[in-house]
Amino acid sequence: MIQQFADWLVYGLFGLDAASPLGVAVNFFFYDTVKILILLFFISVLMGIVNAYFPIERLRNYLMTHKMYGLQYLLASLFGAITPFCSCSSIPLFIGFVKGGIPLGVTFAFLITSPLVNEVAVAMFLGSFGLKVTVVYVVSGILLGMVGGFVLGRMRLDGYLSDWVKQIQANSSAQADEWEKDHTTFWKRLPVIVHDAWGIVRGVLVYILIGIGVGAFMHGFVPEGFFEQYMAKDNWLAVPLSVILAVPMYANAAGIVPVIEVFVAKGIPVGTAIAFMMGVVGLSLPEATLLKKVMTWKLIGIFFGTVAAFIILSGYLFNWLL
Amino acid sequence: MEVKVLGPGCAKCKSAFQVVEKVVKENNVDATVTKVEDIVEMMMYNIMSTPAVVVDGVVKIKGHVPTADEVKEALGI
Repeated sequence: MIQQFADWLVYGLFGLDAASPLGVAVNFFFYDTVKILILLFFISVLMGIVNAYFPIERLRNYLMTHKMYGLQYLLASLFGAITPFCSCSSIPLFIGFVKGGIPLGVTFAFLITSPLVNEVAVAMFLGSFGLKVTVVYVVSGILLGMVGGFVLGRMRLDGYLSDWVKQIQANSSAQADEWEKDHTTFWKRLPVIVHDAWGIVRGVLVYILIGIGVGAFMHGFVPEGFFEQYMAKDNWLAVPLSVILAVPMYANAAGIVPVIEVFVAKGIPVGTAIAFMMGVVGLSLPEATLLKKVMTWKLIGIFFGTVAAFIILSGYLFNWLL
Repeated sequence: MEVKVLGPGCAKCKSAFQVVEKVVKENNVDATVTKVEDIVEMMMYNIMSTPAVVVDGVVKIKGHVPTADEVKEALGI
């Protein structure tokens, strides 16, 4: 339906030639923009509803009062996936977990998945790569959080926290705070959720437009298989290189997926592309500087290094599997 | 009345602050609105998601940018 709309608009109303590079580019731009904006809005609403019923305080209290023999990593990671992520929320969350005496590894599981799997990333992937790749991305993002959190937990890193955080940790109590149950009805909440979802769409709109614009240009004007010569499957350096490139990038996560989509269409292996995306979305310099308030540089280095290593590994895995 | 908007300084926290300021101004509420960016102070209120709005020491809104109506309710107007 959206394709028909784009065809009608571009080839009919604008009168562009469907066989010309410009026609293809402009068609791609309208098709992808409409599709991704619709997806983003609905996924944001959906996640907002889930969140209204499973607030993070609830997870914390649950983790504090139940012994789960490893299952806590899965839970923390799953919760990380459904909570909306704002990089500046990571500190209060981190402290909240530490305060509750939740082990560092479990906290890391949450911290890894939270930025990796969020409404913007899911909508962009769904719109650009389709369901299969999105499922692979989400499942591996959750697994990455679990495994990464578990490995980091094993390293006994508590000594590398900032001093004031160590103090909080020493005074932590497993006593769950009274969890205030919100009695607002669903219908009263919905406008707020929709308002928030709209805010998310508006916040990333510019990046999406720029990203799709660049993607559309390449889609129309760059020949098929162009990138294959630089980033072919048998080039072993491609995956680690793209992850290293990806870590410093962040804010343009929404804009980067449409570009990557075209990269993939023109010959870059999907695994390399997913690894790159995970690096962009999951690890970023702004996040590192925020984490500095609660961790020493050494701990941030270990955290980023471990996660990056796992992202590179999964990149190889996807190239081999997909 | 003392109103505090808690948030480390991201875009969401800034817009939350603007919403609160606007409501206070438009309704001539006798309140001082301050923005708290210090993590240590923020943690005293036991919140885990920002932005948050605190009215006279009580956390009224947390985890999202409030609408004007929500702020009015939190301020009791």
